Amino acid sequence: MANLLIYRRLPSSLHAARASFGALWAASLALASVLLYHPLGLGAIGLAVLGAAYASGVGRAVAGSLRIALIVAAPIVIINVFASSGYGDTVFWRLGYVPPFGQVDLTLEALVYGAVIALKVTDLILVGALASLAIDPDELLAFCRRFSFRSALTASLALRMVPLLAADARRLAEAQRTRPGAAAEGRHRLRSRALLLAATVSGALDRSLDVAATLELRGLASGARVRSLRRPLSRHDLAFAGSALAVLALALAGRITGTVDFDAYPLVRLSSSPATWLICGALPLVALLPFLDRRGIVR
Amino acid sequence: MILAFDDVTYTYPKADRPALDRVSLQIEEGEVCLLAGLSGHGKSTLLRAACGLAPHFHGGSFAGEVSVVGLSTREHGPARLGAEIGVLFQDPETQLVMSSVRAEISLPLQSRGQSPAEVARGVEEVALVLGIDALLERSTTELSGGEQQRVALAAALCGKPRLVLLDEPTSQLDPVAGDELIGLLRRINQEWDTTILLAEHRLERCLHIADRVIAMRDGRIAHDGDPQSFLSFAAEHEQALQTPGARMFALAGIAPPPVGVRQARATLRARGLLPAGDTSPSERSSEKSSNRGWRAIRSRHGEQEPVLRLKGVWHELPRGATILAGVDLELAAGETVALMGRNGAGKSTLLRHAAGLMQPTRGKVQRSGRVALLLQNPGDYLLRERVGDEASAAALAEVGLDALTERHPRDLSGGERQRLALAIVTDGEEPPAVLALDEPTRGMDRGAKATLAAELRRRAQQGQTVIVATHDPEFAAVCAQRAILLGDGHVIADCPTAELLAGGWYFATETARILGGRGGALLPEQGAELLRFEASRPLPQPLPQSLPKPLSEASR
Repeated sequence: MANLLIYRRLPSSLHAARASFGALWAASLALASVLLYHPLGLGAIGLAVLGAAYASGVGRAVAGSLRIALIVAAPIVIINVFASSGYGDTVFWRLGYVPPFGQVDLTLEALVYGAVIALKVTDLILVGALASLAIDPDELLAFCRRFSFRSALTASLALRMVPLLAADARRLAEAQRTRPGAAAEGRHRLRSRALLLAATVSGALDRSLDVAATLELRGLASGARVRSLRRPLSRHDLAFAGSALAVLALALAGRITGTVDFDAYPLVRLSSSPATWLICGALPLVALLPFLDRRGIVR
Repeated sequence: MILAFDDVTYTYPKADRPALDRVSLQIEEGEVCLLAGLSGHGKSTLLRAACGLAPHFHGGSFAGEVSVVGLSTREHGPARLGAEIGVLFQDPETQLVMSSVRAEISLPLQSRGQSPAEVARGVEEVALVLGIDALLERSTTELSGGEQQRVALAAALCGKPRLVLLDEPTSQLDPVAGDELIGLLRRINQEWDTTILLAEHRLERCLHIADRVIAMRDGRIAHDGDPQSFLSFAAEHEQALQTPGARMFALAGIAPPPVGVRQARATLRARGLLPAGDTSPSERSSEKSSNRGWRAIRSRHGEQEPVLRLKGVWHELPRGATILAGVDLELAAGETVALMGRNGAGKSTLLRHAAGLMQPTRGKVQRSGRVALLLQNPGDYLLRERVGDEASAAALAEVGLDALTERHPRDLSGGERQRLALAIVTDGEEPPAVLALDEPTRGMDRGAKATLAAELRRRAQQGQTVIVATHDPEFAAVCAQRAILLGDGHVIADCPTAELLAGGWYFATETARILGGRGGALLPEQGAELLRFEASRPLPQPLPQSLPKPLSEASR
């Protein structure tokens, strides 16, 4: 998985925009998914991210991250149903007295609220995956170093560790496959994977020391200010900046005016006025508009 | 003076003895210094102390004073010293910290506050000098080991450092790329007056460019002098550090020991032991004799059913390159084969197909027994807390590790780890029919290589087929009867090791390069025998037809 989320320069509008503007656009989508609770709005954001991923040539990899999202989202739904058992009026399963929780009634409202939170988390994972794949981390780090040197240093180390540890894990797994009886060990796959994970984690410290030593020698710790080349804003920079502002404006408008409103308790209530549909329909549209312009996408 | 060690003693945290012991050393600007020594005797630590990583980064106890370009490492850390020196360590993978090659090379320049124009010029210049301009827009995760090494070197050189420290920079490179890198270092030294401090095991590759050789033993400087005096020191005190050429001269009773191929050939010519031209009819006759031996071996093996057969094996990446292109190959029981070729030729992929780790996109692989594959990094096999838990007692005894069963695998030396990994992959009720090894000598000193070669020969004598992918012609010459040269996924040569390694320039042992392939001599012992024979002849005459047998053949 980690190997799939490595940035590669591809011919797309998002890759062509400078990293800071691409990050702004991705951050606006992430912020919109934090602000909104309406399932339609969250679904629209998810759709926008997937559309952007396919337009950027990384659709399969981002769609692949849905598996991770599912692993994270499913427990959220389950936990919320149990943790919020006292909330909501529509009981669909009375479990009776369960020590130490007392009376446990599972409600439809808690289930729906859990699903909404899971949708939110899914959106955030998708945005993160798209940003990892389509926004140049080197350029972004150089940009960040102007403001926070230490954060950029930590981020550099963390970013480099992901592919390194993925490569380590791949090599260790390959070495295990060459052991005699490796196929028979399939019965003990869980134990075998635990051993691999332990070896990768224990190797992570050595790896991080090596990478940190290199960063030190390359002068990253010198704290010198990065002098960047002034270059004019491209059509893609402007398009993504405009798109980011529009996404934020729509999300804020929906939240403040209550047109994209959602309440789970005590009963599920969704706004479904024409304004709701308009805002939720406009969100993916404005998010994807920058991808229509494919001029000058090779840099 | 650009680098000075003044009575430096350094001990790593939790170590019971110092890695550097009262080291005093002075290196002048513009020198090319070679650090020699067996594994674990302090070469890498000396380099780490020279760039301030020891003790600033590694901790431990440090006594004495190291001064780099007039800066004391007590007062200045690696970040400051990094502005004056370039450093290249053994593993290039951990030295690439950015996503793209351009960003990687730009980083040191940007970190030192250079203007965008200076950064752009620096990146372009160093990329052109190192011939990696075509890689600039590539992702660092897509590079091969050799490319990674070059990019890491570019990042080390881009700031035009006054001192460059290199720790086994050629260990991942094929012979051509390795020689190119050494030549490049010499060029940088001559054109930019850059001081080079280079630690290397394969001294024959770089001794000729060195102004001075510093030999280390037990963390101390055992010898410091010019290459000629170093060879005399090695002959007397540390024979594992002798170059093959020097060993051949010593065995043949010729002095002085040669610093490089050129000097060796000049000495032999002056003594009338080498004709003026490189190729003569007598040499061709020796090739014929070698071919006759080969035909005998092949016909002997040809009668047996092959234990491993690759029939038209292709490996094509989805929407990518062709790694193997219709490889046909048969290996008989007890054969020893060296698989050679430049970086990216397909050697590792071929071994993975042989072991069943990969499936061909076309063609098929037939095995009449288990194929045990030992991958490049033996550390990847070590997952448990005790040596005794990693493999059976019998397998450990076979590789001579039965006395170390209670040790933690990570506490073993490089050579011991290699043997443990060998025990792990060959363990099992049925011994493997084929043993495949992928670059087993990377980072090994000559002693450890000799031990491994002996082990492989022993296994071959027991009937195991051994196939070794290697960049090391000296190792191939010692352990293989047959050599296969891969190029762009094709088998471009399949012949006796003597034929492949005797006539070439890059894919050749130092002995063969000195003798121009005469008599099919690959190893110092064979070369010395040939030279003694030449010296004993009263008049020039054709070489004997059967002189001398390769060691691997003789041992059978």
